[in-house]
Amino acid sequence: MKSKVKGILKKIFSQREVTVFLIIVLVVAITSIIQPKFLNSNNMRSIALSVSVDGLFAIGLTLALILGGIELSVGSVAAMTCVITGYLALQGVNIWVACIASVASGLVVGIFNGFMISKIGLPPFIVTLGMENLARGMAYIITTGSPLSVSGYLPQSFRYFATGSIFGVPVLFIIFMLISAIAFIFMKYSKTCRNIYYVGSNENAARLSGINVDRVKIGVYVTIALISTLAGILSLARFNVATPELSKGAETTAISAAVIGGTSMTGGSGGVLGTVMGIFLLKIVNSALVMMNVSVYWQEFVQGAILVLAVTIDYLSHRKSGRPSFIMKFFGLDKLAAKADAKSAK
Amino acid sequence: MNNTLLLEVKELSKVFPGTRALNRVSLEVRKGEVHGLCGENGAGKSTLMNIVGGVIPATEGIMKFDGKIFEPRKPKDSQDAGIGFVHQELCLCPHLSAAENIFIGRLPSKGDKIDFKKLYEDADAVLKTLDANFSSKTLVSNLTVSEQQLVEIAKSVSLNCKLLILDEPTSSLTDKETAKLFQVVKDLKNKGISTLFISHRMKEVFEICDRVTVLKDGAYVGCMNVCEITHEDVIKAMVGRDLGELYPDKSSKIEEDNYIIKVENLSGNGFDNVSFTLKKGEILGFAGLVGAGRSEVMRGLCAIDPIKRGDIYLNGEKQKFKRYRNAVKKGICYLTEDRKNSGLFLHMSIAKNISSANLEAVSKRGWIKKNREYSLSDKYVKALSIKIPGLSYPISNLSGGNQQKCLIGKWLSTNPKVIIMDEPTRGIDVGAKREIHNLLRSLSEQGVGVIIVSSELPEIIGVADRIAVMHEGKLAGFLQGEQVSEESIMKLASGANLS
Repeated sequence: MKSKVKGILKKIFSQREVTVFLIIVLVVAITSIIQPKFLNSNNMRSIALSVSVDGLFAIGLTLALILGGIELSVGSVAAMTCVITGYLALQGVNIWVACIASVASGLVVGIFNGFMISKIGLPPFIVTLGMENLARGMAYIITTGSPLSVSGYLPQSFRYFATGSIFGVPVLFIIFMLISAIAFIFMKYSKTCRNIYYVGSNENAARLSGINVDRVKIGVYVTIALISTLAGILSLARFNVATPELSKGAETTAISAAVIGGTSMTGGSGGVLGTVMGIFLLKIVNSALVMMNVSVYWQEFVQGAILVLAVTIDYLSHRKSGRPSFIMKFFGLDKLAAKADAKSAK
Repeated sequence: MNNTLLLEVKELSKVFPGTRALNRVSLEVRKGEVHGLCGENGAGKSTLMNIVGGVIPATEGIMKFDGKIFEPRKPKDSQDAGIGFVHQELCLCPHLSAAENIFIGRLPSKGDKIDFKKLYEDADAVLKTLDANFSSKTLVSNLTVSEQQLVEIAKSVSLNCKLLILDEPTSSLTDKETAKLFQVVKDLKNKGISTLFISHRMKEVFEICDRVTVLKDGAYVGCMNVCEITHEDVIKAMVGRDLGELYPDKSSKIEEDNYIIKVENLSGNGFDNVSFTLKKGEILGFAGLVGAGRSEVMRGLCAIDPIKRGDIYLNGEKQKFKRYRNAVKKGICYLTEDRKNSGLFLHMSIAKNISSANLEAVSKRGWIKKNREYSLSDKYVKALSIKIPGLSYPISNLSGGNQQKCLIGKWLSTNPKVIIMDEPTRGIDVGAKREIHNLLRSLSEQGVGVIIVSSELPEIIGVADRIAVMHEGKLAGFLQGEQVSEESIMKLASGANLS
């Protein structure tokens, strides 16, 4: 009976989501004691908004990493689609038609990435690095380098998706949570998405299990491109401006969030819940730094430190299987479990 | 040769979490002796060598080297003591020259400038003592495997090693290269350098070794003088039982005219005009040398790789498989020879591995039902008596035999009509081997077609009712009943009757 308790405890604490959640609680608690303003609704709102767009990229990266690949073009695809939508709106095209056009362009990007990676067999790093430049370049070409102001050209019904709120909760954030929930459920329970794990874990074995590996890969890269497109369109609605500089470097934050959340860089393991926790942690820490009047220049530094720390802890706790995880030791739970074990042995 | 001991291993044990890899093993190597170390896969040869080589520490036991207590904590300790270890997988830097590899970590230099002249001179001198006929300036990537091996040996010799460990050195050498290697070993022996020779090729052990130590299941079986014993003595010691009872009985109810599979003139990349039939109730074996195209035929049959032409009939019905998935749906499955690289999802759970070929069976409207997935996996774990700690544990925790059984379970869950197993027992210990052979026999009795591809002649002779032998992509002939012997297979496999 007691060893069952141990088993459950161990299972809970070996989940990365739990670890990250505890750290988030810790950060929120400490910051709100030092600076009570941290908890007010304005700040919560700004955290929610900042999580939303980068969180979409992080979900995309989670899919790519689980597949055993990488996707470096998320930010620039968002910029390209944002600019395309904005440019078309400026030309007087109906905004929804403009959205469909930019979704089509996102689709092209996804199919291109997926095709080059699966059918041609190029490394995902190279293909998406190239796409990062191609898409960003396209954004510069369309805008001739300077941001396009679209204020007055966007109908309220469109802007509502990024600026409106329901019961005080930003619609943008609700969209993000919705996408997260869908991604979480599909990745965990759907037959189609299970194949992503199989391919990421061992591509050869997946092929020899009758899985259509190429189709899985193309599917994933198309999905990621569509998520990035959504991020681009929402950014346009939010800022009322189409800038080619949108989401520069977003991919690194997204990778950090996924890895902090427990997704492996070598493929085959990880999940959306951890990534959502990861992006929350990063954004909450950023906000905490601002609240405590730490210069914004520290943000990137701290983000790097969190990433390295999270991976180190993970590595140390999993280096030898059978040993209690680092986090269990930290809370003294390993001794508790050992005691329970000894008692049940008697 | 004298009787002074160079390496003395006494009562050495090694415990890994959950398994006892070595149990009170002893080994004595004399000065100037060539000593063989034999044992099945998983007998503990590599573990023992890794302990002697300082790669992993022993759990208990004493080692003496050259009269002194020897407790290596890292490979460098062993190297300093005078042990040269040539691993089966060579570890050289392919983009550097032979000389740079030989003197890696201790390049001759003036100040900080590498003294290339001295480097090449020294390296050439060492290589010359080994009778190597390539320059030390050659890049390692341009050398053949046997030449690379010489580079490794040269590295050990230049470190003044007293004991050279060769781990399965001949596995990728031709006969000619093997003879050359043995000459080198003999020369070293004359200089007083001992060699520990790990191999399971009896012929070679008897050719080169003075004495041989046999391990079985992590335990010491015995040490014998090679001149006093026969091949059978060593094999018996390795296996622990007579070969006769190793394999299940042959089929008694082959339905001569009931073909499960009929293949006509199948041609593809690496094989040409292959025709054969698989009768109900028989196990068909495919033998041949490595590279004869056996696996390629099977992969072509399953549409894993494309075929150029040929007809495939399954239970009399002509099939055109576009991709492997179609073949699986029709009931043909292929179990890979390379379990680790293309069979297992190593870090995923046992349940997810078993369900991976048949997610339809465990899902409803596209959603995976966890309880169905677990009950399906549980069914096969029980049916095949697979030993597992729990279905949610990663499959990497299991031994090779149990992993292989999981893979068989995975494919049985697709209700196959034909199971093709490529090297069904590679890297699996003797006990599990036997279970898998029995399982194949009982599947065949239940009417499932079984084809095995194997490079182990005893296995294919013991298990298959009929043997197809391939030579360079072509079928060289079929053998059954009285015709079957290692000699007759090798004769066909070497193409003797084709030319």
